[in-house]
Amino acid sequence: METVKVMVDGVQVEVPKGSTILDAAKIAGIDIPTLCFLKGINEIGACRICLVEVEGTRALQASCVYPVSDGMVVRTNTPAVREARRVNLELILSNHDRKCLTCVRNQNCELQDLAERFHVKDIRFEGESIHYPVDDLSPSIVRDANKCILCRRCVAVCASQGVGVIGPVDRGFRTIIEPIFNRSINNVPCINCGQCILACPVGAIREKDDVEKVWTALQDPNLHVVVQTAPAVRVALGEEFGMEMGTRVTGKMAAALRRLGFDKVFDTNFSADLTIMEEGTELLGRIKNGGKLPLITSCSPGWIKFCEQFYPDFLDNISTCKSPQQMLGALLKSYYVEKNGLDPAKVFVVSVMPCTAKKFEAQRPELSSTGYPDVDVVLTTRELGRMIKEAGLDFPNLPDEEFDPTLGESTGAAVIFGATGGVMEAALRTVAEIVTGKPLDDIEIKAVRGIEGVKEAEIQLGDLLVRAAVAHGTGNAKALLEKVKSGEKEYHFIEVMACPGGCVTGGGQPIVKAKKRMDRDPREVRAAAIYDEDRDKPLRKSHENPEVKKLYEEYLQEPNSHKAHELLHTHYVARQKY
Amino acid sequence: MSVSSVFSASAVTDNKEKFAKLQEVIERYRGMEGPLVPVLHEAQEIFGALTLDVQKYISEALNVPVMQIYGVATFYSQFTLKPKGKCKVSVCMGTACYVRGAKKIQDKLVENLGIQVGETDKDGKFTLEATRCVGACGLSPVLLVNDDVYGRTTPDIVPNIMDKYRKA
Ligand code: SF4
Ligand code: SF4
Ligand code: FES
Repeated sequence: METVKVMVDGVQVEVPKGSTILDAAKIAGIDIPTLCFLKGINEIGACRICLVEVEGTRALQASCVYPVSDGMVVRTNTPAVREARRVNLELILSNHDRKCLTCVRNQNCELQDLAERFHVKDIRFEGESIHYPVDDLSPSIVRDANKCILCRRCVAVCASQGVGVIGPVDRGFRTIIEPIFNRSINNVPCINCGQCILACPVGAIREKDDVEKVWTALQDPNLHVVVQTAPAVRVALGEEFGMEMGTRVTGKMAAALRRLGFDKVFDTNFSADLTIMEEGTELLGRIKNGGKLPLITSCSPGWIKFCEQFYPDFLDNISTCKSPQQMLGALLKSYYVEKNGLDPAKVFVVSVMPCTAKKFEAQRPELSSTGYPDVDVVLTTRELGRMIKEAGLDFPNLPDEEFDPTLGESTGAAVIFGATGGVMEAALRTVAEIVTGKPLDDIEIKAVRGIEGVKEAEIQLGDLLVRAAVAHGTGNAKALLEKVKSGEKEYHFIEVMACPGGCVTGGGQPIVKAKKRMDRDPREVRAAAIYDEDRDKPLRKSHENPEVKKLYEEYLQEPNSHKAHELLHTHYVARQKY
Repeated sequence: MSVSSVFSASAVTDNKEKFAKLQEVIERYRGMEGPLVPVLHEAQEIFGALTLDVQKYISEALNVPVMQIYGVATFYSQFTLKPKGKCKVSVCMGTACYVRGAKKIQDKLVENLGIQVGETDKDGKFTLEATRCVGACGLSPVLLVNDDVYGRTTPDIVPNIMDKYRKA
């Protein structure tokens, strides 16, 4: 690798050619402040908080985008640099509502960090400011432009998702980041993925908070309130309590939920196993009967809305399986209530999801097989974190507890749903055994793991060579679908997750600040925890889940039966973009 | 997906000729660098404004998100999103006019036309605007209606002038 030598504040460092001053300074042990910079996503040099002096140039330079060259001499801490940064920071603050105490990002805000770091005590440019109404019409996403600092990180991430529904409007002092024609985010083709929330350095984009609805239900003596938790929540919730990224907190999470007052604590992993039974059977059926191929997975509601809006021609390719959260909800309001003599009208289902799009999904009118909504309220991982804090639980020191039986048992195949490639891997573990009668030699299918945007695998199952592809991030899915459309690529089975990295970095997960993201990629660190969880499970194939077997024996008969279709399957509709 | 299938059929059929013209413009700029701004300019000439339907059409044809088009359309002040009225009424807000009471003239127009500056009335008859110095300072305060210039105006005569155009 070609390297160059750079001097930063008197420290000589050797860095790869093409590095930025920001990178070089980091190696020299200097943390240059940044705000608009989000590695790999938003590298536009807009906020000018990261200014430095470069010997031989007249103006100060934005270090996040300025490439180093051999012999370059950089100074990051001169009076001119300090004053320029401070002025830029004060200008941003003068236009910001500064309601930190009531902000969801209080103490987790990159602007607050800078204000503290630079000891801003007084803002010299108190100017006129415009007050914008808060847009909270979407079931998933809330926008509050009064807090927006115009860094455009959300704009870049939404565009990279292949959606692009928020952008700069107007100019100068009136510039605002919003959808077209003053519309609500709920009235444009936003897919509710929440990636913009993860990108925002401040509290200008956030999830719709449904915590109060859950407290109210928990208070109600007439309701039987049950909860389910998605695979990816257990490898991230700990971060809300200062635990290391990638810490597994499955048992503590179950304990916390019980202490919050839920009557039963179930696991969405159970219905992930069930999904494999239903979807695997659907795949084999389509292959055998000349059905529509490729079959595309349906677990990710952001992806479903994306397809309904932008690729309606592919709707028949999508598996009719409901997502695991909806499957479990439907079973809770049928199988579970019948078994326990409960009134479905009085059973209240809460899901804890790594996802903001699940909030939208739960409201879809067709997802109410029993006449009641399958799921009543969806909380994100972050909202559950807030409830646990409010209740005063010492989360890191809680004991490890188990999920409740019947709908709490799961295999390793279910937990890997939380990482990109996981549904594919889980499905192949089961489908291989159904087709060939014997398990795969190695059930860990590494080809579909990892953070490459599109992954491919070929698996020989008897005389059938199954061609599979995995895409995460709807931008990558778009590229893949275009190839399928043009005939360049042919597959039997495709997994799509709307969020880059899959559910572990879903829009409802703990927010990782831009600086931290530069050091540790949560997509990889959390996925590693997911695969550890899989390895520690005694059973690792969905069809071996004893409670799933029992469910078929007692209630559903067999995968894709009439009853299974009634409760566990759904349909999709083409949607207008604008 | 074909261009016409993405939005209300009526928007295109009602303005068939205009959209055909727009299509020609788009073909002319296709493949050139930075086609968006010139296409938007010509689209505005054809339709009088960059309405959502016009933006959607251009979005599909050039494969640029509507959001980006909207951003450009709001960034440059020469673009307008809503069609203008038949009579463009503007008050000169240059220094000379301003000190001689242009603001009062403008207030009177707001009252008389029932619209704010920058708006068009619902019949599509009047659009009220503010303009920079028109170079007729000797006649200040100046009121313009399309190409007609009214100098040394007072709030009192505003209703009479407007009535003239209402009848026309
Ligand atoms: S939720 Fe996703 S699609 Fe919607 S605005 Fe945010 S990034 Fe874009
Ligand atoms: S909403 Fe957040 S991410 Fe988007 S521009 Fe504003 S501050 Fe940046
Ligand atoms: S300009 Fe470098 S962080 Fe914003």
